[in-house]
Amino acid sequence: MLALEADTALGELRLQLALDVADGECLAIAGPSGAGKTSVLRVVAGLLRPDQGRVRCGEETWLDTESGYSLAPDRRRLGYLFQSYALFPHLCSWRNVAYGMQDTPRAQRRARAVEMLERFGMAAHAYSRPATLSGGERQRVALARALARDPRALLLDEPLSALDARTRAHAGRRLGEVLRDSAVPTIMVTHDFEEAALLADRVAVMDSGRVVQTGTAAALAAAPASSFVADLTGAVVLHGSARKLGSGLTEVQLDGGGSLRSTHPGSGRVAATAHPWEITLEPPGSGAGGSAQNRLPATVATVTPVGNRVRVALRVPQPVTAELTASAVESLHLEPGTEVVAVFKATAIRIVAF
Amino acid sequence: MTARRLFPIALVASLGVALLFLTLPLLAIFLESSPAELLASLDEPGALDALGLSLKTTGVALAVIVALGTPAAWLLATRRFRGHALAVTLVELPLVVPPAVAGIGLLAAVGPQGLLGPALEEAGLELVFQTTGVVVALIFVASPFYVRQAQATFAALDPELLAASRTLGASEARTFARVAVPNALPGLVAGGALAWGRALGEFGATLVFAGSLRGVTQTAPLAIYERFSSDFTAALALSAVLVAASGAILLGVKLAMGPGALGGAGARG
Repeated sequence: MLALEADTALGELRLQLALDVADGECLAIAGPSGAGKTSVLRVVAGLLRPDQGRVRCGEETWLDTESGYSLAPDRRRLGYLFQSYALFPHLCSWRNVAYGMQDTPRAQRRARAVEMLERFGMAAHAYSRPATLSGGERQRVALARALARDPRALLLDEPLSALDARTRAHAGRRLGEVLRDSAVPTIMVTHDFEEAALLADRVAVMDSGRVVQTGTAAALAAAPASSFVADLTGAVVLHGSARKLGSGLTEVQLDGGGSLRSTHPGSGRVAATAHPWEITLEPPGSGAGGSAQNRLPATVATVTPVGNRVRVALRVPQPVTAELTASAVESLHLEPGTEVVAVFKATAIRIVAF
Repeated sequence: MTARRLFPIALVASLGVALLFLTLPLLAIFLESSPAELLASLDEPGALDALGLSLKTTGVALAVIVALGTPAAWLLATRRFRGHALAVTLVELPLVVPPAVAGIGLLAAVGPQGLLGPALEEAGLELVFQTTGVVVALIFVASPFYVRQAQATFAALDPELLAASRTLGASEARTFARVAVPNALPGLVAGGALAWGRALGEFGATLVFAGSLRGVTQTAPLAIYERFSSDFTAALALSAVLVAASGAILLGVKLAMGPGALGGAGARG
C-alpha cells in the first residue's frame, strides 16, 4: 500500500492531492501536460520535497513534513521509469540494469542483469550502449533496470509516449503483463486516457495540481464529473446552455448553432457529451424517421482510419468526432467537405457541468 | 555588391586575419631558429632544468586543482544557497587580477611577513623562493579556468540521469563518482587542459611570489625571460621547445578524448 498526501507550491501551480494505491494495483494519473503529474512521482521518489506532505509505503514512512522526516531518495526502494528513460549513456545495457543491484554480490550481478534483460527479450543487447538502441529497446532496458532492484513501489512516467505507434502496441502489452505479475503498488502518469484505460486498474484525472475525479476508466468514461474529464476520456464534448423541456427531457442550445435533446438532467451552462461510437452519420436530406431525436447537419473535416475503425472529424459547427466502420465510410462517400447529418440518441447524451 | 553577399565574405576575412595574427608569432619562433641551434641551446645548463620544473610544477598544480576543484564545481553546479553568486564571483576573480598583483597578494597572504606567514613558519612550510611556492602561484592563477568549465559542464548534465541514479539506490557521492564525473569527462578534460595551459605560461605571479632561482623556481617562461636580455637565440630555442611540448600535450588530449573534447564551453548532450 502506497499512501501519499502533498500540498505544495510549484511555481504558478499549487499541487494539492491525496492518493492511495493498494498492493498490486496500478493507479494512472491522467491529465494534460502542466497538470503536475510528474511532480507527484517526484514527491513519492523523494526528488521533490513538498511544503507539506506524507508518503508511506507499506510499513515504512518515506516522508512526513510535520515531523521533518524525509528518507533520502536512494533509500526509498522503488522502481522509477523516467519519461526519457534516463539510461546512463556511458554504460552498456547490463551495467545499466546492474547499477541498482548494490545488494547483490558483485560476482552475480552480470548474470542477474542478463536474466532481467532476457525477461524483456533484450539479452542479445546486453553489451550495447543506449545510443545504439531503438526507442522501444531503450524502454525495455529501462524497465528491466527499474524492476531489477525488486522495488516496493513502481513509478512509471509516460511509459509509452516516447514510442512510435507500432512499437507502442507491443510495448503496451508487455507492460500490461509486467503490471499483472507485479505485487507492488504502481503509479503511472499519462496524458493519454486510452493508455490509462489499457494498463491501469483505476484512473485519477488531474488538472492544475488537483485530482478532479477518480474511478475505473469505464466509470470515468460513462459518468465524467466535468467536461474536462469527458474531453480527456476522448468523448465528444459540445458546449451550450441547457433548459428543461416539459417532456422530462433537457434541451441544450449549442454554442455556434444547433440543439440536442438529452434524457439527462441539467441547466445553465453545460457540456453535452457522447462517445464517438454512439454517433451515426446519414446522407443529408434522408428522412427524419427512426427514433433518434437529434439530427445535426455537419461537414466532414478529416477522415482517419484507426485500426479497423475510421475516425471522422466533423463540424456542427463545434468539432465532433464519430467512429464508423470502413464500409460505412465508403457507402456514404465521406471525404473532407462532404455534407452529412450527425445523429445522436437522446439517451446517449450525458450532460455535465463545466 | 549587396550586403547579403558581403556578410559571408566579411566572416571569412575576419577568420583569416585572426588565424594569421594568432599563428604568425608561433610560426616565427620555429622559422627564426634552426634545428641545430635549438638542440645546442638545450645543452646549455638550466634549459632542460627549467622545462622539467615547468612540467613538474604544472603537473602538481593541475592535480591539486582537479582534486579540489571538481567537488567544489559540483557543489556550485547542483546547489543554490545564499551567497552562491558571490562564491562564483570569488572563484572567477583571479581571472581578472593582473598576474603581478596576484603575486603581491600571495606575498601579503602567505609570504614571510604576510597574514599567515608566522603560522606557516611555525608549521615549517616555506613558500617564497621554493618550488612549493611556484605550485601555489600556479594553483592561484589557473584554478578558475578549471572550476568554471567544470561547473558549466556539471550544470549541463541531464538532471534525469542524476535523479535516475538516486532512485536506483546510489547516494549523492556514488552518483557523483559513477554518473556525473564519467558523463562530464569531456568537459572536465577541456577545463583541465585550459588550466594546464594557463599554468604552463604563468610568469608574473611566479616571479613576484617565488622568484626566479635556477633549478628551484625558474620555470620555462622565467628562463626564457632571463635569456631574452642576454641571448635572444637561446630564448627563441627554449620558446620553440615550450610551444612544441604544450602543442603536443594539447593534441594528445584532443586525440584521446575524441572530437569536441576541447571544444570549450558545455558538455556533450
